[in-house]
Amino acid sequence: MTDVIETAPTSPDPRDRGGPAQPMLIVENIKKYFPIRAGLLNKKVAEVKAVDDISFYVLKGETLGIVGESGCGKSTLARLLMYLIEKDEGHLVLDGDPVGEKTGTSLDGLRRSLQMVFQDSYSSLNPRLPIEASIAYGPKVQGTREKAAKEQARALLEKVGLKAERFGQRYPHELSGGQKQRVNIARALALDPRLLILDEAVSALDKSVEAQVLNLLGDLKEQLNLTYIFISHDLHVVKYISDRVLVMYLGQVVEIGPVDDIYSNPMHPYTAALLACQLSMDPDERVESAPLAGDPPNPVNPPSGCRFHTRCPYVEDVCMSKMPSLGDTLRADPGEHLAACHMVHAGSGHSKAPNPDSRPLPLWQGETR
Amino acid sequence: MTDIPAGSFPTDKTQAAPATKVRGYWGSVWNRLRYDYVTLFCLGLITVIVLLAVFAPWLSPMDPERSSMANRLRPIGHAKFTLGTDEQGRDMLSRLLWGGRVSLLMGIVPVIFATLIGGTFGIIAGYYGGKVNMVIMRTMDVFFAFPSVLLAVAIAGSLGGGIGNQMITLTVVLIPPICRVAETATAQVRSLDFVDAARASGASTYSILTNHVLINVLSPVLVYSSTLVSISIILASGLSFLGLGVSPPTADWGLMLSTLRQSIYVQPLVAALPGLCILVTSIAFNLVSDGLRQAMDVKA
Amino acid sequence: MNEMRSPDLSQVEAQNEKPDAYVKVKDLQVRFVSREATVKAVNGVSFELKKGEVLCVIGESGSGKSVMMRSLMQLHPKKRTRITGEMKIGEHDIMTATDKQMSELRGSTVSMIFQEPMTALDPLYTIGDQIAETVMRHEKVDRDAGWKRALELLELVRVPSPERRLKAYPHELSGGLRQRAMIAVALSCRPSLLLADEPTTALDASVQIQVLVLLRKLQREMGMSMIFVTHDLGVAAQIADKVAVMYAGRIIEYGNARDVLMHPEHPYTRAMLSSTIKDQKKGAQLETIAGTPPDLRALPDGCSFAPRCRYAGPDCFETMPDEVTDGRGHMARCAKVNVVRGLLAFEPGIPAAPALA
Ligand SMILES: Nc1ncnc2c1ncn2[C@@H]1O[C@H](COP(=O)(O)OP(=O)(O)OP(=O)(O)O)[C@@H](O)[C@H]1O
Ligand SMILES: Nc1ncnc2c1ncn2[C@@H]1O[C@H](COP(=O)(O)OP(=O)(O)O)[C@@H](O)[C@H]1O
Ligand code: SF4
Ligand code: SF4
Ligand SMILES: [Mg+2]
Ligand SMILES: [Mg+2]
Repeated sequence: MTDVIETAPTSPDPRDRGGPAQPMLIVENIKKYFPIRAGLLNKKVAEVKAVDDISFYVLKGETLGIVGESGCGKSTLARLLMYLIEKDEGHLVLDGDPVGEKTGTSLDGLRRSLQMVFQDSYSSLNPRLPIEASIAYGPKVQGTREKAAKEQARALLEKVGLKAERFGQRYPHELSGGQKQRVNIARALALDPRLLILDEAVSALDKSVEAQVLNLLGDLKEQLNLTYIFISHDLHVVKYISDRVLVMYLGQVVEIGPVDDIYSNPMHPYTAALLACQLSMDPDERVESAPLAGDPPNPVNPPSGCRFHTRCPYVEDVCMSKMPSLGDTLRADPGEHLAACHMVHAGSGHSKAPNPDSRPLPLWQGETR
Repeated sequence: MTDIPAGSFPTDKTQAAPATKVRGYWGSVWNRLRYDYVTLFCLGLITVIVLLAVFAPWLSPMDPERSSMANRLRPIGHAKFTLGTDEQGRDMLSRLLWGGRVSLLMGIVPVIFATLIGGTFGIIAGYYGGKVNMVIMRTMDVFFAFPSVLLAVAIAGSLGGGIGNQMITLTVVLIPPICRVAETATAQVRSLDFVDAARASGASTYSILTNHVLINVLSPVLVYSSTLVSISIILASGLSFLGLGVSPPTADWGLMLSTLRQSIYVQPLVAALPGLCILVTSIAFNLVSDGLRQAMDVKA
Repeated sequence: MNEMRSPDLSQVEAQNEKPDAYVKVKDLQVRFVSREATVKAVNGVSFELKKGEVLCVIGESGSGKSVMMRSLMQLHPKKRTRITGEMKIGEHDIMTATDKQMSELRGSTVSMIFQEPMTALDPLYTIGDQIAETVMRHEKVDRDAGWKRALELLELVRVPSPERRLKAYPHELSGGLRQRAMIAVALSCRPSLLLADEPTTALDASVQIQVLVLLRKLQREMGMSMIFVTHDLGVAAQIADKVAVMYAGRIIEYGNARDVLMHPEHPYTRAMLSSTIKDQKKGAQLETIAGTPPDLRALPDGCSFAPRCRYAGPDCFETMPDEVTDGRGHMARCAKVNVVRGLLAFEPGIPAAPALA
């Protein structure tokens, strides 16, 4: 747990308001249900529970990894944090200031502090603009003069490892995937953000290019005093880059904790199964049956009780009727490891739950690699 | 950004220099167009037709409206009337040149207005979505539900004949399809991440529309509009044919086709001339828009 | 019921298993010519594949994996593509096959699955229609028989509630189910060679394993040969018998999966392996391959990896190194790889300074 504290920036940042102990971002009970409309009158017939009551915080200077299967709401969460879609409920607190309320940070302030790198490097750059113009656009919008913005864009290109005079005037289709992703990072950095949300930012890249971009992200983080929220479904990469990890399933957080604890001692069966899905490089270590069967259930009608019960090997009656609680993620210490599973909570009624007086010690921890 | 040490991240030396020269977007469009001989030929043809129409007053050998009962329905190749005469003995060559003026006007002006109006509505509908989209697109659907000829006849019928009314009619008829195309294209662009990236940097809707959306929607809309030029010419001809457009004796390809109809057995070649003009012009516009579509495709 | 329609796919192919090569590709070259440049996408690929064997082709994006696969099915636009070399699948010569012969071969002898099932399935028809259609066309059976087979196939690829899924449109299925549906379409006429172009790349790790396990099982049961393209070494380890590593349109290393993945000899394969993120120390600088893949419009002379290779010597830039093969069939195309005591061994000589610094 000390590991987490150590990553907080040592030199004071002039943009810092709340002090090093104040989390960079606090997300409180955020919720987004997408209406499904049908029929002539566009009546709402159902709701996709894309993000369902999520709370967590990100410390200054740390990297929070978010993992989960596709469709579990990772991108929706990222877009909610960026105010790209309207949240139904919940609050954001940016470095001590509530966002979008009279007393706190304005939306513009949030946008300057929070930037996002999108997954699809193809669609995230305007195909008809030279990349230099794409990067300079944000600062121009925020009032920087045309010439200064251009200069800054060129400096940023150099910073992400692209020669400005060779690449500045190119169009996105003239760049490779890795180069485009570098441009995306440069664009996100143009507003001098403090927190960068990376939504599957390296997932579409070749392995060798992925390593280049990850190195770049590491260097930039140090130089620019950045905090990262790193969304990915590649658990190897998340393990490499994150300080803490948050595991999502069907719009909810099922487990959160320091990266090493989660990887060596997953407490939620879903996390354990995800970890077992990592492939070994050894042809002799083949997976004979898939650790996770089937697809995630439809988020329109999530299963009752524990949402994972339809795929959980340890399911018992109590799981179907009662939703396990994760605990208070906002009060919890950064080093604390929380999981929303009845097997972890003493007295939950699950046969594998620990005795009220002994430490929880999950039985399945030996099964993961 | 406070200070950025230039080149603080090692730049790899092998970042391959582009094998082809880096060109701007329009530069690359032109480069592709340059080798598309069919499109170039059609572009040339259209230029010639437009020039002929513009300079008709100087080029036409005779007064297009002066009839002469003595010289009715002369054949093509006649010593005095190069392309023959019509059923009232008016010089075909002059009438075709003058008629081109009206027909091209009918082909181009309504398309320009319809593109401006329909395009704007379409972009707004596509970008905002939701209720705004509903109101705009349902209104367009009402017009779109009628076959265009029927709609044109109905509007022109209520407005009355004349060049001005004919242009208004055609504009109204062409707005819905252009709006539809612009709406689809905009909705597509709207869903791409770079629009969200622009929103995330705090840009206003107006700025996003003019800087990011317009430039991407322009090419599909322009390409589609150029196909409408020929449709507009044919519709205009149709209206004149029905007596709802320009009124005689003004020359117009559609009207000429209509009046020469009776003489088809006497001078089939002469009677076919205005039809040929419409056909050639329409095909040229269609081929050009086809070529444009290919040339404007960035992914090449 | 006629023999052809029997649901048991395993017997059909297992009988005519032969020890010698089933797929033979020799010195395959593919060029795309256009006004502006000639793209040399595949530059002399040779390999052989036995019945029932799985070859994994790995390599970076743009290394020519898909182009090679598509040539095996003659899927390239005729006008702009120049293909030379030899390609044989069983007794069929792909190079000389006419369009008509080819369309008969496609589906029945060789069939293909793609990375993005959405683009390979027709959005306007139900899954059942598409499978039944393929079956009807190739096996000249009626509609009912086609639908019956479609149902069997969905069961075969373990789609839950297959009756309902038959009537579903592609967009109504999740990524994993769509991929299964595409596999079902591809297997509908019991091909003896299945070409799989990154069929699991777009899927979640959890679903990817399901599809891999399924493909491996079907391949064994049906005794199919399979060429499987991926850029994920972990995926290759799961499914491959043989692995071929492609770089700039050439196979630069080839051998048994174990040899290539666990003991690679070619510097490129080694670099690729070490830049794959797997239990690296948190925050440590990752090893990368400097530079970018070569421009296929202007390939360098000599070893095409030389501009990025940290071991490159002067001779590496002059001539393309020859293939070096050891007793186990492990091949590498590198000037500094030799056979030592019957095994391939990479000998860098004087530890060279990185080519790029
Ligand atoms: N029809 C075509 N015309 C011209 N060039 C082409 C064509 N198809 C492919 N290429 C080029 O051939 C090269 C190899 O492409 P290919 O699709 O085989 O790569 P790949 O190894 O499958 O990569 P990925 O992992 O991204 O799928 C690329 O440089 C590509 O741009
Ligand atoms: N605009 C939208 N309208 C309706 N449903 C949506 C919308 N965006 C996302 N969803 C749904 O919300 C869920 C979570 O999506 P997403 O956040 O994109 O998942 P992830 O990023 O984890 O793959 C999915 O079921 C998805 O289909
Ligand atoms: S609560 Fe029950 S169903 Fe849910 S993960 Fe725990 S054991 Fe499995
Ligand atoms: S031949 Fe030379 S340049 Fe090529 S891989 Fe071997 S050592 Fe490197
Ligand atoms: Mg996502
Ligand atoms: Mg490919």
